Amino acid sequence: MTPDLSTDLGFLKLRNPILAASGTFGYGLEFTQFMSLAAVGGIVVKGLYYGPREGNPPPRLVETAGGLINAIGLQGVGVEAFAADVLPKLRAAEATVIANVCGADDDEYVRVIEFLDRQEGLAAYELNISCPNVRRNGLCPALRPETTRDLVARCKAASRRPIIAKLSPNVTDIAEIAAAAEAGGADAVSLINTLLSLAIDARTRRPRLANVLGGLSGPAVKPIALRMVYQAAAAVRIPVIGLGGITSGEDAAEFLIAGARAVEVGTANFVDPTATVRIARELSEFCAREGIARSADLVGTLGKGGHGTLAR
Amino acid sequence: MRQEPAARIALRQSWDDYVLLRLEAPDVAAEARPGQFLMVRVGETLDPLLRRPISLHAREGGSLEIFFQVAGRGTALLAEKEEGETLDILGPLGRGFDLEADFHGRRAVLVGGGRGIAPLFYLGRELRAKGADVKVLYGGRSLRDLPVRDKFAADGLDIACATDDGSFGRPGFVTGLLEAEIARRAPDALFVCGPDPMMRAAAGIAAAGRIPAQISLESLMGCGFGACWGCVKRIVRGDGGRWRKICEDGPVFPAGEILWEGAE
Repeated sequence: MTPDLSTDLGFLKLRNPILAASGTFGYGLEFTQFMSLAAVGGIVVKGLYYGPREGNPPPRLVETAGGLINAIGLQGVGVEAFAADVLPKLRAAEATVIANVCGADDDEYVRVIEFLDRQEGLAAYELNISCPNVRRNGLCPALRPETTRDLVARCKAASRRPIIAKLSPNVTDIAEIAAAAEAGGADAVSLINTLLSLAIDARTRRPRLANVLGGLSGPAVKPIALRMVYQAAAAVRIPVIGLGGITSGEDAAEFLIAGARAVEVGTANFVDPTATVRIARELSEFCAREGIARSADLVGTLGKGGHGTLAR
Repeated sequence: MRQEPAARIALRQSWDDYVLLRLEAPDVAAEARPGQFLMVRVGETLDPLLRRPISLHAREGGSLEIFFQVAGRGTALLAEKEEGETLDILGPLGRGFDLEADFHGRRAVLVGGGRGIAPLFYLGRELRAKGADVKVLYGGRSLRDLPVRDKFAADGLDIACATDDGSFGRPGFVTGLLEAEIARRAPDALFVCGPDPMMRAAAGIAAAGRIPAQISLESLMGCGFGACWGCVKRIVRGDGGRWRKICEDGPVFPAGEILWEGAE
């Protein structure tokens, strides 16, 4: 029997729990030559400020052991070009689209939401309150519970659509931040955004990125992401969407077990443009193999400790 | 563009740290044009994580040749691949050289520095097929940096070489060879690929001589198909210059569109 991957976030029903993560999937259209956008649970498009945005100077990328540090700086086309040029094509592709909302200040988040609220074809907003690459020293609203709660509350009040708050891992207590997002009225939280990082060229004694600091993603961050999803899921009643280094169906299953109701696939899209559909298929195969009827049955089922084994 | 998860390596040649691989990939080859590139997985594990951008060196029927220099961990792993093994490739990517113009009877000069010679073999053959009079200028630090020099001559392409240390051909930079070539007979079009300082100098020479030049830029890339926005350079298109993606808008640009680093 084919396992049932359908996923209910309460405010949104998904074909399967696999979403494409913002910043790794362009505006979605870059991937239509490889896959059907309707085959995955949904896509979270690249972060949108109100106007077009230049982004950071290059070099913007450094590959590290099993990971990637980026400092793109949210270069993008802005909401007007997105609504005019991109959104009609995404509607035609029958994709479930979540817009990733950015702002230089709280007012801009609200302006972006008010503009997008007038457009059709969006399922929800993911508030990017956690990008480490747009202010000095990785500062962002998701570093403090008060700023998280207040910004989420303002956006929620302004929005006719559900709000997912995307959280930062660069905090002391993720449970406290997740609870603050819930208190602000978030319909869900997604985590983790990238880990604030530094790569150095020892020979020249210079940072490898023009921006000096960047955000680490990829398989290297998965254990940290799993830990934070586990902690956040224990702290809130709203759905948790997990992400960080997922490259396989079994990785996705681990996030569900840790307490995520859905997952986002990020950096893996760069290596394998069909990663999202492959991971959905692999999750289905995993469930079939393990005799699990519905992938939702995996959510929050982490057992007791003590089953570690040495890798050979 | 397509993904070919198992392109068989039909031929491998190497010269010190330069490597040529011929890959059997008929579907990718059928869509390929000079100046385009492949994103190549260098291993099957998660480290190194990213594919590597490698430019197309030649098309031989249903096969594509790539030519590269070992420049880091990824290319070192790629250099260890043997004939009969397979590679996971994505391509062809990028826009390649603009060959829309009528090149019949036109004089095209191709300038390559080091591993930047890679796309110029494919391009030289294509231009010749379009009736162009093709001259290739190939520069490197030393004789050992000109491993494919005989391949051009064997294919009937007119080639001249320069080495920084004078061990082969004209002593000095390949741009010296270019200036001499222009003085001898002005070309109608220049095509350039090599290290940034060389391309920048060649762009200056082209501008001074009012010769249209196409420059193939190199960049670190996260994905190769426009999703990551990691490979940008400053490109001017009537807008004072914006960060544009090398993978999607390039890697080949008219020389006049490139704002070189430090030139702002």
